Amino acid sequence: MKIILNIWRQRNAKSAGKMARYEVADASEHMSFLEMLDVLNEELTRKGEDPVTFEHDCREGICGCCGFMIDGVPHGPQRGTTVCQLHMRHYKNGDELWLEPFRAKAFPVLKDLMVDRSAFDRVIASGGFISVNTGSAPDGNALPVVKKCSDMAMDAAACIGCGACVASCPNASASLFVSAKISHLGLLPQGQAERDRRAMRMVMKMTEEGFGYCTNAGECEAVCPKGIKIENIARMHRDYLKSAFTYREESQAGGAG
Amino acid sequence: MSSIAINGGANRTAAFYESVVGKKAIMAATGFVLCGFVLGHMAGNMQVYQGPEKLNHYAELLQGLGGGLWAIRGVLLLCAGLHVMTAFQLWRLKNDARPQPYVKKATIATTYAARTMIWSGPIIGAFLIYHILHFTTGGTHPDFKAGDVYRNVVVGFRNPGASVFYIIANILLAIHLYHGVWSMFQSLGVNHPQYTPKLKLLAKGYAWVVGLGNCSIPLAVLTGVVGASVK
Repeated sequence: MKIILNIWRQRNAKSAGKMARYEVADASEHMSFLEMLDVLNEELTRKGEDPVTFEHDCREGICGCCGFMIDGVPHGPQRGTTVCQLHMRHYKNGDELWLEPFRAKAFPVLKDLMVDRSAFDRVIASGGFISVNTGSAPDGNALPVVKKCSDMAMDAAACIGCGACVASCPNASASLFVSAKISHLGLLPQGQAERDRRAMRMVMKMTEEGFGYCTNAGECEAVCPKGIKIENIARMHRDYLKSAFTYREESQAGGAG
Repeated sequence: MSSIAINGGANRTAAFYESVVGKKAIMAATGFVLCGFVLGHMAGNMQVYQGPEKLNHYAELLQGLGGGLWAIRGVLLLCAGLHVMTAFQLWRLKNDARPQPYVKKATIATTYAARTMIWSGPIIGAFLIYHILHFTTGGTHPDFKAGDVYRNVVVGFRNPGASVFYIIANILLAIHLYHGVWSMFQSLGVNHPQYTPKLKLLAKGYAWVVGLGNCSIPLAVLTGVVGASVK
C-alpha cells in the first residue's frame, strides 16, 4: 500500500525545521511502523538524501527509546503501546500521516524526530539515594510489603520514560513521569526514609528543567504506553505538600547533626 | 548529594510557591473557597422567587453582619486575587514550556472545560467586576436604589443586553466548575479509584446546579415570571 508521510526535518538542534513530504510506495501491512520508516530511509539513502533520524532500540515496547507524534498523538493511534509496536495493518492505502518530534522546552529537538530527553535523567538523579543494604540478597519476607502497595509500586515502575506524557500534555508537564518515579519508591518500605525529601527535590527539579504544570486534563494517562494513572500525580502532590508543610531543621541536640 | 538544597523559613515559602505543584495547590485551595461562595451566593439569590420582602430581608441580614461582611469580602477578594495571579503565572509558564507549537496536535482525553479554563476564567473575572458595579455599587445600573435589592434585580435584568451577558458568563462559570470542582481535589492530592469518579459526578452536578440557578434569574425576569409587580 501507498503511505504519504509529512515528516518534520530539522538538520540539528540550532537550525529551524520544516515539514517535508515523502511517499512510501509499497509498504506492507505486516511491517511495523518503524520498519516502514526503515524502508523510506533506505530509499532516501539510495537517492543520496539524508535519512530521517528517529530513536529506537528494543522495538518491543520496553526500552522507552522510540516515540514521536503521529497525527498529533504520541506513539500513534493505538492505545497502550509504543510506536514500535504499531503495525501498518492499522492503515490503508493512500493514508496521509503527520510525523513530528515530541515538543517541549525541556526536550530540545536534536535532529528530525529525535529529541534530547536527558532532563528526565536529571530529575531522577535529583531524587537522590534510597537506604538499602548492598551485598548479598536480603532474606525473603524479612521486610513485609503490603500487597496492594507492591502492586501500585510495580504499576508505577512500569514507566519506561519515553516522554509521551510530556508530549501530549497541553502544558508540557512531566507530572506523570515524575509522579510515577516518586510513587514507585514512595509506596515501598525501602523508599520511606527519604520519601519526603525525594518528592520535594524531584518536584523542584522538574520545575527548574522547564516542564509545565498539571491541569488534570488526563491527556498523558490516555497516551501512556504503560497505562500509568494520574492517581500517581495526586500522590506526588500529596507527598510534596506533606514534605513542604512538615519540614523541620535537622536536630543539633546532643551534638547530633 | 543532590544539587537542590532544602532551605528553611521564608526561602521555603518562596520555594513552595515557585514549584509547579505549590502553585497548583494554591489554585485549588483558593478555588475551593470561591466555588463554595458561588454555590452559597446562588442559593441565597434563589429567594428572589419568594418575593421582594424575603430577598430584601436577606440583603439586610447580610448588611447587618457589619465587620463580618467585610471580613468575608476580604477573604474572597484575597482568594480571587491569588487565583487570578497564580493563573496568570501558570499561563505564562505553559507558553514557556512549549515554545514551538505542534504543526498538528490531537486531543483525545481533555474535556472542553479543561481546555478552556484559561478563557472562561478571565471572562468570568470581567463579568465579576461588571456584576459588582451593577448590583452592589450601582455604578452601571440604570436606576439603582440602595437597599431595594429585588427592584434593582428586576430593573437591571429587564435590559436584555445585561441579561444575555449574565447568562453567557454563568454558562462559562458552569463550564469552569465542571473541570475545577474535581480538579481541585486532584491538585490537593485526593485521587482514589473509589472517590474520584464520584468527585467527577459531583463536579458535573455542581456545575449544572450553579449554572441553571444563576441563569434562571435573568430568564425569569425577562419572561415576567419574577418582578411583574415592579413598575
